[in-house]
Amino acid sequence: MIAYIVRRLLHAVPILVGVNLITFALFFFVNSPDDMARIHLGVKRVTPEAIAKWKEDRGFNRPLFYNAAAAGADKVADTIFFRHSVRLFAGDFGRSEDGRDIRREIFQRMWPSVAIALPTFAVGILVYITFAMLLAFFRGTYLDAWGVVACVGMMSVSTLFYVIGGQYLVSKLWHLVPISGYDAGGLHALKFLALPVIVGVVSGVGSSTRLYRSFFLEEIGKDYVRTARAKGLSEPRVLFRHVLGNALIPILTGVVVVIPLLFVGSLIMESFFGIPGLGSYTIDAITSQDFFVVRAMVFLGAVLYIVGLILTDISYSLADPRVRLE
Amino acid sequence: MGQTNSYRRALLLLALAALSCNARAEWNNPYPAAEEGKNILYTAFRERPKHLDPARAYSSNEYDFIAQIYEPPFQYHYLKRPYALAPLTAVALPRPAYLDTQSRRLPPDAPPAAVAYSVYEIRIRPGIYYQPHPAFARDAAGKLLYHALDERALAGKYAIADFPRTGTRELVAADYVYQIKRLAHPKLHSPILSVMGEYIVGMKDYAATLTRAYADVAGGREDGVYLDLARYPLAGAEAVDRYTYRVKIRGVYPQIRYWMAMPFFAPMPPEAERFFSQPGMQARNLTLDWYPVGTGAYMLTVNDPNRRMVLERNPNYHDEFYPRAGEPADAGRGLLADAGKRLPLIDKVVFSREKEGIPYWNKFLQGYYDRSAVLTESFDQAVRLTGSGDTDVTESMKQKGIRLLTSVAASTYYLGFNMLDPVVGGYGERARKLRQAVSIAIDYEEQISIFRNGRGIAAQGPLPPGIFGYEDGCAGSNPHVYDCVRGVPRRKPIEFARRLLSEAGYPDGRDARTGAPLTLYFETAATGPEEKARLDWMRKQLQKLNVQLEVRATDYNRFQEKMRKGDAQLFEWGWNADYPDPENFLFLLYGPNRKVGADGENAANYDNPEFNRLFERMKNMENGPERLAIIRRMLDVARRDAPWAWGVHPKLFTLEHAWVLNAKPNNMANNTLKYLRLEPAPRARDRAAWNRPVLWPVAAVLLLLAAGAAPAVIAYRRRERTVRR
Repeated sequence: MIAYIVRRLLHAVPILVGVNLITFALFFFVNSPDDMARIHLGVKRVTPEAIAKWKEDRGFNRPLFYNAAAAGADKVADTIFFRHSVRLFAGDFGRSEDGRDIRREIFQRMWPSVAIALPTFAVGILVYITFAMLLAFFRGTYLDAWGVVACVGMMSVSTLFYVIGGQYLVSKLWHLVPISGYDAGGLHALKFLALPVIVGVVSGVGSSTRLYRSFFLEEIGKDYVRTARAKGLSEPRVLFRHVLGNALIPILTGVVVVIPLLFVGSLIMESFFGIPGLGSYTIDAITSQDFFVVRAMVFLGAVLYIVGLILTDISYSLADPRVRLE
Repeated sequence: MGQTNSYRRALLLLALAALSCNARAEWNNPYPAAEEGKNILYTAFRERPKHLDPARAYSSNEYDFIAQIYEPPFQYHYLKRPYALAPLTAVALPRPAYLDTQSRRLPPDAPPAAVAYSVYEIRIRPGIYYQPHPAFARDAAGKLLYHALDERALAGKYAIADFPRTGTRELVAADYVYQIKRLAHPKLHSPILSVMGEYIVGMKDYAATLTRAYADVAGGREDGVYLDLARYPLAGAEAVDRYTYRVKIRGVYPQIRYWMAMPFFAPMPPEAERFFSQPGMQARNLTLDWYPVGTGAYMLTVNDPNRRMVLERNPNYHDEFYPRAGEPADAGRGLLADAGKRLPLIDKVVFSREKEGIPYWNKFLQGYYDRSAVLTESFDQAVRLTGSGDTDVTESMKQKGIRLLTSVAASTYYLGFNMLDPVVGGYGERARKLRQAVSIAIDYEEQISIFRNGRGIAAQGPLPPGIFGYEDGCAGSNPHVYDCVRGVPRRKPIEFARRLLSEAGYPDGRDARTGAPLTLYFETAATGPEEKARLDWMRKQLQKLNVQLEVRATDYNRFQEKMRKGDAQLFEWGWNADYPDPENFLFLLYGPNRKVGADGENAANYDNPEFNRLFERMKNMENGPERLAIIRRMLDVARRDAPWAWGVHPKLFTLEHAWVLNAKPNNMANNTLKYLRLEPAPRARDRAAWNRPVLWPVAAVLLLLAAGAAPAVIAYRRRERTVRR
């Protein structure tokens, strides 16, 4: 398994170079360094000299990919892309446009994202599996039919609707929790987490329950389930002991891969609930055209996604002894 | 069994008791219980400030914070209108001394052409101290405690609060000189360096000197570089004695006093810069750009712009008192009730970040924000138009005691014609009439009503109300676009515009020579879906003249590039005043300040020699009848040439709860928090009344879930029984 993981990690290097290259190209094809300077220097009284100085300060006065005027390896090394990309692989994200250390910001803002995402994820998985098992148990009945209709209805509604609806009902009309905000640590923090977690879970009920139900139904039709029933096992025992375990593999495909991504937060939830996490950090960076932060977040997202895929593979081998990582 | 039942009953009673107890508290209160009833103002901010260094910050969202912390020598009087400067840390407003090229003193009434230099000597008040800060902390021997920190000493220090000891020191004139020098610092990129380079003697060369000096000192390092500005004198700024400094300006530039009322000219203690320049500080995000050090009424104690910024009363704040005089109506509005009281009147201000309008608005309605702007999405809920055309809060707001404050911003949003364009530009009669016709056709009164909910007034020229030279009513109206009907300006009828268009060579919107329909191109940076209706409306305005308008919406970067290259025909843009002087608006039409070729702010590239000549005379004059006469003439010239369809001066609406007192809109002053007063007791009472938790929905949801689960349980049991049989 170790050889497999090492191989996957080595495969990740060209992928990350590619991701970085694409991010760089997309960003600089849309924004020239002059545009970036104007945005950061403000809209009033910006002189060409100030722009030139700003670019020089950040090394943006060099060519993007190829420096024809340089000699030898500097033709590639003395470019914006090379100078701003190599350090990423050493985990040095540099500084944002307001001079803040990006790595430290990421570390600070990761926790609010996790504080929302982790309970949403954990509670969500429990709720979705429970509902899906329930529908699978009552398959072919009115309960199942109406449950599926409800799921389709719920998954057709935008997350934004759940957010705004939840804020309207729970906070505005019923005054049960603050409508937005965040507080780190202590019981006081819990009342800020309750609504985003509930909204996060409820907004995922439709799609996840329906998906997991289909996994369970697929397993229920298999021979080993019939055998288990023939041996006189009760239906809950068949479902929880046998069907759930075997349906875990497709569930794991979707679930394990997102675990590392819980750290990067949710753009909509963090924005509407005023959570100072990485999702809102990314949005702010995009809005203010902070290339260094955008690049760092895309890079981090790619790294976490790759980690998620490796974890998924490992979890397969743990969930199903027939799977061997070689 | 009986015992089990009694346990259940006890638990139920306990739960009910807990619920009924909690039902009296506000569950949705986002603030800690310890803050209940305290003299704390709660407000929100939407955009995080990028810079808090007074040499760099230039946006209103940055000034909301640093103007409370840093104190330039002058400020705007809180109550008086028109806006008037008043001393802040200065003893008095200085009068310039004029010098000729040989530095000989000239009389105060010397003609501007004879004046080579103006010298402003500013004396500051003794006994003003900085906020407590570790940069000033000293040990028993009087040595600065935190100015030789190494990695070990910095271990575990990631915020200013991590330094246990603080100190202070008296404000001296040299701190003001130090800050003026900082405007030329090569790493700060001060946005006003280019402007000040034109006026402060030696500033341009000083910037070059500092660039070289910085490169020498840094020697390729990025962290831990401190450039001691005291070693590099600046000819235009010098400390005369402990409490006096001089600023030497090239020629006559009375507007420099307004600049000196902005944080750019606030004092900076060199100790602070040295403290933050130590190696390892920047890596810990400890920078002067993040942790301001000032003498102002407040100091920043929590700086988490992603969530919350907190200003607390500066315990070292000097004597400053609420003004005793204002406008005649101020006493009637209760704005002089605190006259003579020591400032600030509020202990702490908590700014919470609200990116979205819905939570922001609802928290204001719940009493958790004391003040709020009127958001577009909640306008109808908050504001109504009265029969007389005025605005007031709606009945539901009135019942909550919410008040509406309105003011016209010192801003202008205009539609410009590129004077270099072959169709709409130029100074001939044909193009002028075309521009005038378009100006009449675009009904800004309608636009204000439809798209701004009445929040604005149609502009008659570049000057907004409150700026010297602005005149109300028919006297100040644009005769080329408006008629004066019974003493009120009325937009000229569209038939008049059609006639002008015909005289311009486009009868019925077609080129008389070629017969081709006239199509104009409109550049805008308004790209969002919410702008579509307004852009459609713009098209319809020109359709009244049978002229086609093609909208070219791009992002702001592309838009700016087009403007710089002069690749626009019609465009829309705006300007917010830096200071309340007509020069700050009329320079937008000054030829040498044009966008194309000179990279100035005159985006229309308007270049009328008569206007330019008048501007050069007007810009250095003191306000008075002579200046007013010149401004009137300038406005006449510009209105006739119509380089802009004059657009809109926006109105600012602010809502505040009844427990907020002393608020008066002041579009020039940014340091106004110190004048506000709060009544925490009524706030606590209203919050409790407005936010009682409603518990029945919780019970209903639980019941619903139980009801939903019941058929499943029944069906399950039935199935299990069937299987067993």
